Amino acid sequence: MIRLDRVTKMFGPITAVDAVDMEVPAGAVCVLLGPSGCGKTTTMKMINRLIPPSSGKIFVDGRDTAEIDEVTLRRSIGYVIQQIGLFPNKTVEDNICVVPDLLGWDRRKSRSRAAELLRMVNLDPGIFLKRYPKELSGGQQQRVGVVRALAADPPVLLMDEPFGAIDPINREVIQDEFMKLQAELKKTIVFVSHDIDEAVKMASRIAIFRDGRLIQYDTPDNILAHPTDAFVAEFVGSDRTLKRLRLVKVEDAMMKEPPRVRAEDTLDTALRLMEEHGHYAVVMVGPRGRARGLVRVEIARDKKGTVAEHQEPLPGVINIDDDLRTAVSLMFTHGVTWLACVDHDGFYKGYVSQRSITNALGATYRDD
Amino acid sequence: MAAARIMAAAKLMDVPSVRSGMRFAFIAGAFAFGAYLQARGVLSGILQHSSDVTYLARQHLALTAISGALAIGVGLPLGIVLTRQRFRRYANAVTQIVNLGTTIPTLAIIALAMSVFGIGAPPAIFGLFTLTLLPIVLNTIAGLRMVPPHLIEAARGMGMTPGQILRRVELPNAVFVILAGIRTALAINVGTVPLAFLIGGGGLGELIFTGIDLMEPTMLLAGAIPTALLAIFVDFAIGQCQYWLVPRGVNPLR
Repeated sequence: MIRLDRVTKMFGPITAVDAVDMEVPAGAVCVLLGPSGCGKTTTMKMINRLIPPSSGKIFVDGRDTAEIDEVTLRRSIGYVIQQIGLFPNKTVEDNICVVPDLLGWDRRKSRSRAAELLRMVNLDPGIFLKRYPKELSGGQQQRVGVVRALAADPPVLLMDEPFGAIDPINREVIQDEFMKLQAELKKTIVFVSHDIDEAVKMASRIAIFRDGRLIQYDTPDNILAHPTDAFVAEFVGSDRTLKRLRLVKVEDAMMKEPPRVRAEDTLDTALRLMEEHGHYAVVMVGPRGRARGLVRVEIARDKKGTVAEHQEPLPGVINIDDDLRTAVSLMFTHGVTWLACVDHDGFYKGYVSQRSITNALGATYRDD
Repeated sequence: MAAARIMAAAKLMDVPSVRSGMRFAFIAGAFAFGAYLQARGVLSGILQHSSDVTYLARQHLALTAISGALAIGVGLPLGIVLTRQRFRRYANAVTQIVNLGTTIPTLAIIALAMSVFGIGAPPAIFGLFTLTLLPIVLNTIAGLRMVPPHLIEAARGMGMTPGQILRRVELPNAVFVILAGIRTALAINVGTVPLAFLIGGGGLGELIFTGIDLMEPTMLLAGAIPTALLAIFVDFAIGQCQYWLVPRGVNPLR
């Protein structure tokens, strides 16, 4: 979708971007990451020719951008900046419709599109359409800033640290909203950030820049698991393995088809099951398979009777759609080494233990 | 100590009962002053000149309107050009030159203009124009420079042409400051028009200067009071424009 072919930018004698080759596939979120002054913003701004490249070619959707009129090019690419840049003299509605108006869309069509877009980011059009930017909170303004870039439905979006100026709590919320939106819209996005956590969360690919050079361009997991050199390793942080926890879903790390007992089973059955699997506890499920409680090995060994009489409540369960970071956090919270995993309806699907997490993270290391 | 007293006085002004009391005192004072003038025969003296006043006031306003329109017509584009990338470096030099028009006494400019344009309205208009130009140019430049650069970047990134950026983003966001400049400029202009009489340009100056020469205070006042009222009226009218014409999102008054 977007291809950079030996793109170079010189500012006088200084090389800001040095022969960058890169390809962003359609529907991908590519995060350009690096310390300030590394050339990531310059690279992004060359895509819509806000900064003209000194040499090299950039292709958007197969077309050489140098051959498209720059105004036409920019109207076909969504653009979001850190300072949001809503026009204070225009209402929210007119701000969203800036590009459709430039393209000469029918007014009724663009205005109804504005209302639809506001609904997509959970802002009530009835309240917000006629407001001015100064009457909105920072988070609301940034939501409007994002949907403004989407107004003319461009296939490509450029975002320059769009969530950088928002407080951490709101930032998480807006990032999540945005990812949901992106899952639906599947735009091709080039996103500048200096925040590794944001990059790991949003990106399908991360490009790490240093001194104008593209050092590594890979999936977030590969960047965290196999940093190409000491600079990347240091930049992503010494806790990079912990960051990978975020990238793996519980479902992919859990042990499936776990042993289980029912309320009416005897403790003997439970004990046999535990010894068979080498476990020191087993989960009790309800009649239809929902996780209800657990039985410990020492109790099964010492006592007699049914499971129902000697079960304890589960110390914590985790949803299979959560990431491993949440799972590990829950383990530390409850002081346990394993967790029962359930789906949205509460059915018992498997368990994650510290060992299975280690295995999941180690999987890519062993591929070498 | 003095500052504290002013603060206290300012605070006192905020109390509603004090404020309404002051308003009552002001109206009562104005009424008493009017009654005093009436008793001294000054008011009837002024009203004697009423037909002169309306004729001259019209002339007065025409001088202001023509010179003001010219100053806006030149000052606004000049300010816009001087904030464009290519001409930005000339901004200081040009404002220095324009500044001369304000530094040189208006009377001197009018006298100099008379030697070129002769006697009558044209040299007066020229003098008023040079006087009015500076605040308009300066405020246009200041207003446009105050538009945050990220707004212009956002506009460029969304594919606006330079002309569209100027019309849809820069001017709407600068118009409040620009109008403030025009307001100041025209208020000064109205107050300076009486000098036009000295080179035969007409206006309410005719009553003022003739009143001085003839030592006739009622005639003097018949020129001076309408001049003051006109200045207040022009200031008020542009203030209303500022209130109603500037988009609500960038209007600090609304």
